[in-house]
Amino acid sequence: MVNTKVSLCGIELDNPIIPASGTFGYGAEFAKLYDIDCLGTFSFKGTTREPRFGNPTPRIAEAPGGMLNSVGLQNPGIDHVIEHELPEMKRYFHKPVMANVSGFSVEEFAEVCGRLDTCEQVGWLEVNISCPNVHGGGMSFGTDAKMAARVTSAVKRATRKPVLMKLSPNVTDIAEIARACADAGADGISLINTLMGMRIDPRRRAPILANRTGGLSGGAVFPIALRMVWQVYEVVDVPIVGLGGVRSAEDAIEMMLAGATAVEVGAENLVNPFACRNIVNELPAAMEKYGIRDLNEIIGGAH
Amino acid sequence: MRQGIFEIFSNRALTANVYELKLRGDTGAFTAPGQFAQIRLDGFFLRRPISVCDLDGDALTLIYKAVGRGTEAMTKLAPGAKLDLLTGLGNGYDLSLCGDAPLLIGGGAGVPPMYLLAKRLIAAGRRATAILGFNTAAEVLYEDEFHALGADVRVTTVDGSRGAKGFVTDALPEAYSHVCACGPEPMLRAVYRATNTSGQFSFEERMGCGFGACMGCSCETKYGSKRICVDGPVLKKEEILW
Repeated sequence: MVNTKVSLCGIELDNPIIPASGTFGYGAEFAKLYDIDCLGTFSFKGTTREPRFGNPTPRIAEAPGGMLNSVGLQNPGIDHVIEHELPEMKRYFHKPVMANVSGFSVEEFAEVCGRLDTCEQVGWLEVNISCPNVHGGGMSFGTDAKMAARVTSAVKRATRKPVLMKLSPNVTDIAEIARACADAGADGISLINTLMGMRIDPRRRAPILANRTGGLSGGAVFPIALRMVWQVYEVVDVPIVGLGGVRSAEDAIEMMLAGATAVEVGAENLVNPFACRNIVNELPAAMEKYGIRDLNEIIGGAH
Repeated sequence: MRQGIFEIFSNRALTANVYELKLRGDTGAFTAPGQFAQIRLDGFFLRRPISVCDLDGDALTLIYKAVGRGTEAMTKLAPGAKLDLLTGLGNGYDLSLCGDAPLLIGGGAGVPPMYLLAKRLIAAGRRATAILGFNTAAEVLYEDEFHALGADVRVTTVDGSRGAKGFVTDALPEAYSHVCACGPEPMLRAVYRATNTSGQFSFEERMGCGFGACMGCSCETKYGSKRICVDGPVLKKEEILW
């Protein structure tokens, strides 16, 4: 018997496999396909203060080894999530869930996290700082260490739940941003969000995405995500959730060897709806293959 | 929705760039005409959503237009090859809304889903009229198949090279109980304006998952945002924001 249990910021996970925000909705579509209690947890759709439709369509494009999206944080807003989605989720998911939060101002982040603080189903807050700061000329919170730290402090004051800061990879020095978040009190770091990219339709001679650019995810980004997890592990002491292009139990093991305590799976859920269940099922055999008895042994094991 | 492996038994060109793909597998997840399948293709990340043209036991017919690199690769698929499909996707047409004399309107690559719809309606004893619109005679597809179902078939071409010259809206019958349409958005808008009954309109959008998880294909409606892949692709006339 192998041990797949890990502890993420003081909450035990049966296994480290977590569907990533934006690829799993609120879990309902997947709960029709398999018992999603087999997951470590899942990170639900990024939530903002107000309801958002998101960007104009088309907002999905093919990429080599992955895809681009410019969904633009479509969500029904925090009130609807608390009143409808969380109660509904109780019917098919019976573990602490990870709430993904987005905002366009420091105050919005703090307010949404404060609202979620009283939701007993929510185990962790994963704070997505890749969105533009409306008070900062539209520059993303996640590309500036001082702003990332300010969001972290504000969110930490608003909640007693563990806070994971989810970092953008579209930066010069990911380690600097991670360190700033950890120093400001983050309980963990999750990385990476999508990498900015684009595709052009040669027939129309115009970008495929109505938003022109979008975030790249899927297997193509796995080596970049792995490298960034490695770099962040070198400079922070808080747990790391590694994500970006994970498609298999072996990818998850690599991610943990780079420094991740838990691993999120994103784009793969969209093309293989059973991906996370399969990874959970395949994890023990993959561990045995590499002589791993306990996943806790390998966190950061490649350093 | 189900995931299943299907075997190809034919893949033939119907026109210069429209192909008919016949497959065998578990079709049990399909519940209504107008639904679609998501096809996994070697060398591509995203699946390709293709609407169902016909279902008969374990036989599934999909008609697709080669418009991009993915669908161009599909034209090379050979009989005997196996494909990974997600099936039973989308809501499809609600037959209970169609009345006794439904009007079915398909434009170009929007014609195929009208075939299974016509077949089911005629089997249920309804008098279906099918207007099939194309640009030219060279693009006409499935005309004989619709006749064989016993539908009142009206073909239109923009250049008049086959059937009536003009658009689908130039061939409307005098009376009908309900309209079901699938085709390019300008055609759908024209049908929306030119018809005076209740109706169901099928929409197309670039999709990520095809089963409601990614919010990639959302559209605004009178009743809030809907996902074309699960809340559609068929929207009722009264919910469309035109």
